[in-house]
Amino acid sequence: MLSIHLILFLAFGAVAAAGAINLLVQRHPINAALSLIAVMAALAGEYMLLGAEFVAAVQVIVYAGAIMVLFVFVIMLLNAGVEEQTKGSRVAIVFGVPGMLLGSLLIAWVVLKHSGTGDVAVGALPGAPNVIGQLLFHEFLLPFEVTSILILIAIMGAVVLASKPPVPGGGPAKKVQD
Amino acid sequence: MVPISYYLVLSGILFACGVCGFLIKRNIITIFMSIELMLNGVNLSFVAFAAHWHQLAGQVFVFFVMVVAAAEAAVGLAIIIAVYRTRETLNIDQVNLLKL
Repeated sequence: MLSIHLILFLAFGAVAAAGAINLLVQRHPINAALSLIAVMAALAGEYMLLGAEFVAAVQVIVYAGAIMVLFVFVIMLLNAGVEEQTKGSRVAIVFGVPGMLLGSLLIAWVVLKHSGTGDVAVGALPGAPNVIGQLLFHEFLLPFEVTSILILIAIMGAVVLASKPPVPGGGPAKKVQD
Repeated sequence: MVPISYYLVLSGILFACGVCGFLIKRNIITIFMSIELMLNGVNLSFVAFAAHWHQLAGQVFVFFVMVVAAAEAAVGLAIIIAVYRTRETLNIDQVNLLKL
């Protein structure tokens, strides 16, 4: 019997899987980036089904919003064109593809038959933002502060790496440490 | 009611697509996007297990994974810009020296 929950799960899951496969098929990076945005939006729907409202909101804002805007911006900045195809190695075709199919079938069978876990109801998690905030600022306070230092270092690293190297022929060049 | 194994299979599909893209793609930006796809697949399994065990800590881990992914995207894209500036290419086959 198809419940509305299962139908919604299958719809979002189909969008996510199709977007992931489309990322593999597309040759142009901008098309791959747009299909990745579709995957992330569908995953936000899955998080809403699980009741993780905060994670769904952050997924849309941070992942589909900020990170993918950065990707699209860099693709346009570097004027990336259609990628060249190279011939795959024979070892990958002879051993890799059957091995991958066999392994994924085995893993899917084990997960589906022997997980022994029950169902997950709609909104199974009390994932409201205030609950997450309580947890984040009491139990996980130290990791939270450490990630803020990580973000600071990442900002400085990005600025240093992406800044222009000094002009060799004089001029008011900025000093860049190598 | 959806069994948790469905969520895990979907997460596995996303992770496998990410691994395939990482291995077969030749554009350095697309390879980077495949890494993001793998992180998303892992995030889904985190949230599914959090819902199954009623442990909110799983969602906090997803939050930390997103923070690390944002930092990684900023630094990685800066590295891609630096590589493109010196080599004039985005093809990973022609980027085989660590020296800039």
